[in-house]
Amino acid sequence: MSNKAIIAENLSKAYLIGLKDNIHESLGEALISWLKYPFKNYSRIKKLNTFKNFKSGDDIFWALNDVTFDVNHGEVLGIIGANGAGKSTLLKILSRITEPTNGKATVYGRVSSLLEVGTGFNPELTGRENIYLNGTILGMTKKEVDKKFDEIVDFSGIEKFIDTQSKKYSNGMRIRLAFAIAANIETEITIIDEVLNVGDAEFQRKSMAKMESLAKSGRTVLFVSHNLSAVKSICTRAINLYHGKLIREGDVDNLISAYLSQYNEDHTLHKWDIENAPSNEFVKLIKAELLHFSDSDEPLKSGEPFELEFTFYNLLQEESFLDIVFQLKDELDNLVFVGSSINDNNKKIGKGYFKWNCKIPADLMNQGSYSINKFYLIKDKTTVIFEHRNILSFEIIYSFDLRIGNIGRKEGIIKPKLNWEILTGEFAES
Amino acid sequence: MAKENIPFVVIEAKKWRFFDLKELYRYKDLFYFFVLRDVTVLYKQTVLGLAWAIMNPVFSMVVFSFIFGGLAKIPSDGIPYPIFSYCAVLPWTYFSQSLGGATSSLIGSANIFTKVYFPRIIIPFTPIISKLFDFFIAFIILIVLMLFYNIYPGIDIIFLPFLILLMILNASGIGMWLSSLSIQYRDVRFAFNPLISLLMYAAPVVFPASLVKEKFGDFIYLLYGIYPMVGVIEGFRASLLGRLPMPWDLIGIGTISSIIVFALGAIHFRKTEKIFADVA
Repeated sequence: MSNKAIIAENLSKAYLIGLKDNIHESLGEALISWLKYPFKNYSRIKKLNTFKNFKSGDDIFWALNDVTFDVNHGEVLGIIGANGAGKSTLLKILSRITEPTNGKATVYGRVSSLLEVGTGFNPELTGRENIYLNGTILGMTKKEVDKKFDEIVDFSGIEKFIDTQSKKYSNGMRIRLAFAIAANIETEITIIDEVLNVGDAEFQRKSMAKMESLAKSGRTVLFVSHNLSAVKSICTRAINLYHGKLIREGDVDNLISAYLSQYNEDHTLHKWDIENAPSNEFVKLIKAELLHFSDSDEPLKSGEPFELEFTFYNLLQEESFLDIVFQLKDELDNLVFVGSSINDNNKKIGKGYFKWNCKIPADLMNQGSYSINKFYLIKDKTTVIFEHRNILSFEIIYSFDLRIGNIGRKEGIIKPKLNWEILTGEFAES
Repeated sequence: MAKENIPFVVIEAKKWRFFDLKELYRYKDLFYFFVLRDVTVLYKQTVLGLAWAIMNPVFSMVVFSFIFGGLAKIPSDGIPYPIFSYCAVLPWTYFSQSLGGATSSLIGSANIFTKVYFPRIIIPFTPIISKLFDFFIAFIILIVLMLFYNIYPGIDIIFLPFLILLMILNASGIGMWLSSLSIQYRDVRFAFNPLISLLMYAAPVVFPASLVKEKFGDFIYLLYGIYPMVGVIEGFRASLLGRLPMPWDLIGIGTISSIIVFALGAIHFRKTEKIFADVA
């Protein structure tokens, strides 16, 4: 055959959602329904099995829709897309955990997926016994586990405790052992899902190094991640999923830029018309927008300044102080900072439109996916008169200058520019 | 890496394939470790450990002997009641425990097979094999009873391995049905206990099959043989106690029905396998 490792053709996956009355969870119900109604209804009743023919409907959700692509041997393919785009579903199908509703995939070689570690670990068994159990679950034979045993124990760093029952292990030890097993499987194809960012910083580094060596080893790797700098550094090609469809594939750099512009397009501007604007008896929120100064097609880079602008219509006749307070969260749900206009504002506003603009300084923000999680409008410095959630989200990518050595999980919630200076001369001894 | 030697898999929607035997063979070590895990975990946890494997069937035998043998005075083909019932309790205990294990096996392993691929059929087959350990340990008591009653097997003992295989075939066939049904329909799991009780009283555990022949005639007796455990239990009694002739009619009919149930069970399991991860 050719040098293809994976050939995916028109893969689709549908899930049934809602419409609880039709789903039978008990055999009793299913039997009674079968007796009561003719065959036509019976096939409707068996709907939990979505493999019967059906086209569309409100109760059907296509997690993957007609995805076609291929992967060459030895290639490292990145798979990017927003949450819910279908990445995990695609991986599940390629790992044979679930079956596609339509389409077909041909996979040359054994697949190991690092989708979750520690599968099958039993607390009653010792670390040694768990290595064998977990290793064979992941597809190794006993001989292969024997060969790799020492390497696995070494990687995990728990040699002393290998013959103790794993229920006595700390959480960290368990995770390190689990990852050590998963990382040492040698199959032709490996699928890595980003959720593997576990453990302390030291272990993180080891894991990332292992993943890189895996990628460079000539094995075929599918890499799913939100960390675009990691994707860029180890992948040669990438595909972009969007609402279950494959919308882009090709060279990593181009793909990432295109992905980000689209993302920013979707999220960095929220505009409402007067009737639909989120509002209450005090104010209406008309627009929330992110403004930045470089070319609008270029994604926002770490270190770049930008502005957030909020446009309101104030319904209150009487003049008062109206301030904004918002929470900015990153992709790991850390609260990065709380923005507040309270100390900067000494202007009272009456009925009419007004716009708040705040400037986020240069050299502060780190790369990542951010969103304005909570948003409040405060009257007279004390009373919350309006509240809304998830107003805006945006991506900040690594700046090319900072990219050197920047692989793996980003470090630090913020990335301020510290002005380093070497001081020479005499220093007093103290 | 020679390209010709790489195993390849075609994942296709709606295509139904029977079991991939080569693949099952590749995963034999996993099956071994699953069974090993079941056996070691069970015995590591309980203080009495192996004793439980004996207590269960012995307890049943004692209760049956008092109530059915002593009180109700059910005929036992001329054999002392305790050993008569124990010969049946032994395979029955294996049958009910392995089926119970198989029924809840898929539900219990949902956290594994929704994360990683391996041939799902290994899951219900694990208790089918691991419960054999309990079976062989309980067998020791039978030997004790034989010594006590001075009843020994005759030449028919050579058929015992075949009967054990038949017993395993039964359990696996029904096990495949129950495991795949119970992951889709949750009430199957709860219906299991009353069902297994019913099945026990339907089987010739506390009474001999000859009673059925006596009361209902030859034809019904043969129909009774369709229930696979009938042949197994009466076969156990005949081959172990050396007093009765081997009931080849019952065994023959039982074997045919076991094979049919097994084949249909395997097909059903395979057909529903693709939705396991979705409904788990």
